[in-house]
Amino acid sequence: MRVEVSSRKSRLLVYKTIIVSLVVIGTNVIANYGLARGMRQVGVLESLSPIPYLRAFFHPWVAIGVVFMIGWFLSRLALLSWADLSYVLPVTALSYVLSASVGVIYLRERVNALHWAGIFLVTLGAILVAMTYPETNVPGEQS
Amino acid sequence: MIGLLVALVVIPGTVGDLLNSAGMKRHGEITDWSLLNLVHVARSLLKNVYIMIGIPAMAVSFFALMALLSVTALSFAVPITSSSYILETALAKYVLKEDVDWRRWAGACLVALGVALLSI
Repeated sequence: MRVEVSSRKSRLLVYKTIIVSLVVIGTNVIANYGLARGMRQVGVLESLSPIPYLRAFFHPWVAIGVVFMIGWFLSRLALLSWADLSYVLPVTALSYVLSASVGVIYLRERVNALHWAGIFLVTLGAILVAMTYPETNVPGEQS
Repeated sequence: MIGLLVALVVIPGTVGDLLNSAGMKRHGEITDWSLLNLVHVARSLLKNVYIMIGIPAMAVSFFALMALLSVTALSFAVPITSSSYILETALAKYVLKEDVDWRRWAGACLVALGVALLSI
């Protein structure tokens, strides 16, 4: 009976981890897209003063990027409340793959052979880590 | 100058991640996702020393990366800082006492290499 409860709790935790990981990845991709698109319109910032950077925050796309970056940070903190750092880092790196895809589709960026190799390695690494249990303290093994 | 900026990206970023992870573990797993509870969580995190040091550390890393990108190419800045995936996995094992098996080591190495290739 206790084993069944532990197993159910483990499964729920895995599902919850997948959902929150997808939120972390999604918010990161939207934040990167917003910042990239916005900063292209703002132009190069070559000042040591913080004022041009703060002014850039009021550009609509940059503002969207910043809002989603805050969402990314908060969802990542929530994920870290149970998942290991050594799990969260590689799995959420899938955002690099999705950001590259968004760059190709919406920002007309080019992807060369090295980029494809990078996409393959990041995806493979994330899948390998996603196959492990998200937290070190497995339910039922705690004292 | 560039070496200092790389160090300011990697070291505070790594320390920030470790502190945020330790701080959130100390807080405990978030199970109630209602808005009211999330406000309670946010308020309790304001009293969490780990998080309160971790967030500024990550901010230092973020602004150092922006400064690094202003003086070097993306193809230099990202590969050299992507090594932090391996460094953070090692620290997660030895400092946070996480169970890091061969799949996590292999995953961290593949991701670090993949991120480096993506930015070239």
